[in-house]
Amino acid sequence: MQPTILVLAGGISHERDVSLKSGRRVADALTDAGAAVDMREPDSELFGHLLATRPDVVWSTLHGSVGEDGSLQDLLRLARIPFVGSDADGARLAWNKPAAKIILKRHGVQTPDSITLPKSTFRELNAEAVLALVATEMSFPLIVKPAKSGSAQGVSKVENAKAFAKAMVDAFVYCDQVLIEKFIEGTELAISVVDLGFGPRALPAVEVEPNSGAFGYQERYVPGETNYYVPARLRPADLERAAEVALLAHNALRLRHLSRIDIIVDNEGTPWFLEANVTPGMTETSLFPQAVVADGESLPDAYLSIALAALRS
Amino acid sequence: MSETRTGSVTNFDAWKHAYAARAANLSVSEVRALFSVVSRPEVVSLAGGMPDVSALDGELIEQAFRSLMSNRRNYALQYGGGQGDLRLREQIQEIMALDGVHGSVEDLMITTGSQHALELLADLFLDQGDVVLVEAPSYVGAVGIFRHKEAHIEHVYTDDDGISPEALAEAADRLIEQGKKVKLLYLVPNFANPSGVTLTAERRAQVLEVCRERGILIIEDNPYGLLYFDQKPPAAMRSMDAEGVVYLGSFSKILSPGLRVGYVLAPPAIREKLVLANESAILSPATFAQMMVSEYLSLTDWQGQIDTYRKLYATKRDAALEALAQYLPRVKTTHPQGGFFLWLTLPDGLNSKEMLPLAVNELVAYTPGTAFYGDGRGANNIRVCFSHPTAENVKVGIKRLSNVVNLQLDLLDTFGAKD
Repeated sequence: MQPTILVLAGGISHERDVSLKSGRRVADALTDAGAAVDMREPDSELFGHLLATRPDVVWSTLHGSVGEDGSLQDLLRLARIPFVGSDADGARLAWNKPAAKIILKRHGVQTPDSITLPKSTFRELNAEAVLALVATEMSFPLIVKPAKSGSAQGVSKVENAKAFAKAMVDAFVYCDQVLIEKFIEGTELAISVVDLGFGPRALPAVEVEPNSGAFGYQERYVPGETNYYVPARLRPADLERAAEVALLAHNALRLRHLSRIDIIVDNEGTPWFLEANVTPGMTETSLFPQAVVADGESLPDAYLSIALAALRS
Repeated sequence: MSETRTGSVTNFDAWKHAYAARAANLSVSEVRALFSVVSRPEVVSLAGGMPDVSALDGELIEQAFRSLMSNRRNYALQYGGGQGDLRLREQIQEIMALDGVHGSVEDLMITTGSQHALELLADLFLDQGDVVLVEAPSYVGAVGIFRHKEAHIEHVYTDDDGISPEALAEAADRLIEQGKKVKLLYLVPNFANPSGVTLTAERRAQVLEVCRERGILIIEDNPYGLLYFDQKPPAAMRSMDAEGVVYLGSFSKILSPGLRVGYVLAPPAIREKLVLANESAILSPATFAQMMVSEYLSLTDWQGQIDTYRKLYATKRDAALEALAQYLPRVKTTHPQGGFFLWLTLPDGLNSKEMLPLAVNELVAYTPGTAFYGDGRGANNIRVCFSHPTAENVKVGIKRLSNVVNLQLDLLDTFGAKD
C-alpha cells in the first residue's frame, strides 16, 4: 500500500513563491509515483488537521524560517508524525549560516573567513568605523548576506567601500544578523546529498554559471538566466574532494534524508564550504532535482524513496 | 595535467535563442515573488487595485445568471461577433452618458477588460521607438504594454490638478524636434491610477488643444469616473472631441473584474481596425461574460450598486487618510475625491522597493512607486490601494506600513546609506 503524504508549502516568508513551486513539483512527482498526496499551507488549522488525519509522512517544502529554523521539525516530532528532512537540531544549525560555518571549520573544512554582526552592533558603535575596520582587515571583494535566509535574497558582492553600507541595509531588511564573508574566486557547485537510511550519498555536483555573473534570485528561478553543468567542469579529483566536503557537512550538521551543500572550488582545487540547505528548492530550475536526474533516477522514484526512508526512520 | 570533466549543460529554456527581441521585457522579478504573500489572510494588502466585490449584492448576480440561463442560454454559450453584443453596446451608451460621453453603438467595441483595448491600440499605433506621453506616474498596466511594444515612454509632469498642459506641450515639441514620432497620449483623467488625482476641466480643454495641434491621439482611460465621493468629476475629454480621443471604459470597478468586460469607443476608422484586430486576437469577446453584464444591467439597480460602492470607498479613503495622519505624519499623500488610490511620497532617501522584505515581516503589502514609471523614477513613492481591505484593516495596514518605514529609516540612519 502506498503511503499518504502531506506536502507543506507556502507560508509567510520571503520565499513563499519558491516554496509553493517546490511543493507542487514534489507533490506531482509523489503522485506520479503512486502515493496519496495532499498539499496544504501552514495555518492555524495545520496541527489539528495533522492530528486528525495522521498522514504517513509530512514533506515540508517550506522555505525561510517557518520551515527551516527547526520549530516545525520540533512540533512534528512532538506530534509523532514522521517527516522528510533534518530534525530540529540539524535544521537549526544549517539555517544559522555562521553556526554551520563554525562547525565545519572545527571539522577541518575550509570556509571563507567571515564576521557576523547584528544590527545592534552598528547602532551602538559607529557604523562607518565598524565597516571601515572590516574592510581594512578583510579587504574587498566581500560577500554580504543575511545570516539566516535563502534563495540569495539580500546577498551582495561588495567590491568597494562605497557599496558597503547599501549592501548592509539590503541584507538587514531580511534578517537582524548579517554575515560578511571573504569572496572566494572559483567554480560554484551545489552538491545534493541523499540518505535513504544506508548512509549519506553525494549526487553528481551541479555547476552553476549565471549569465550575470552572480547567482541571485533571478538567476535561480528564471529559466534561461543560468547555465547548469552536470557533471561540473572540474577535474575528477577536485569533484571528489568537493563531494567529501558535502558528505562531511551533511554528517557534521547531523542532517537527515536530503540536503544541498553549496561549495566553491577555488582555482587550486580546494573546496570551500558556503552553506547547507535542509529544504533545498525543488522548482523546475532547482539544483536538487537536477542532481537526482543526473544520478540516473526519475524524480517520482527518488522522491518516493526519500519519503519511504522518512517513514522508516 | 588532469583531464577536466565535461558534461551536459542546460539553462532550462531551450528556446531562448528564438524569442522575439521584445520578449526580453517579459521577465518575472523578485519583487513580484514577494507579492505572493498577499494571498495569506494575515497580510493586509494595500497593493492590488481590487474592488471590494464583497459589497456587491450576490442576489443581483444570481438573478442575472438565472435570467441568462432561462432566456438566452444558447446565445450566451455560443461564439459571438468580434465587435461584441449589440444590446450590451446599447446599454454601455447609457453608462457613458453619465460621464457626458455620447457615441454610436457602431463605434463601440467590447473587449476583455479595458486592458485588452489598450493592448490592441498599442499594437495598432506603436512601432519600436514611437513616443507615448503618459502622466507621472502612470498606470502600471499601461507602462507594461508600452514597454513590451518597445515604445519610448515619456512621463509628463503631473501635479494635484492632473497632467500639466505646458509640460505636455514642451515634452511633445522637444521629442518632435528630436525627430521622434509622438503618437499617443495615454491618461486616466479621473481619480488616476496610481496617483488618485483628477485632471481639472480647464486643463482637459488645454490638453485637448495641445494634442490636436500636434496630431497626437489621446487614449482616455476612465475606469473610476463613476466612483466619485462627493462631486462628479469634469465631463470626459471624449465629450469635447470625438475625433481626437479614444475612450476606454470597464465593468471591472463598477461590477466585477472577474467578468473581464471592458469597452472602447473610437472614431470609425480606428474602430474598424480595432474590430479586425480583436477578431484576429480572440475571435470574439467572451459571450457569456457579456451576457451576464447585459442581464445585470437590464434587471438590477446597477446605479444603486455604484452608490453603495461610492459610500464604501469614501469611508475607506477617510480611514486611510486618518491613519496616515496618525502614523505617518512625515509622509506626503494625495487626497483623492474618488477611485481607489493614494500616492505617497516618503521622506528623502527611502526606497520603497528595497524595503519590501520588511513589509513581508510586518504583514503588509503595497506597490512600490517605480512600478508606475518606465524610467526608474518613483523610488520614494508608494501606491496605497484602500478599496479592498475593510476600513479597519486599511488602518491596520497603514500602521504596519509605518513600522516598515520607521525600520528602514532606522537602518538608513545607522548606515548613512540614503540614496
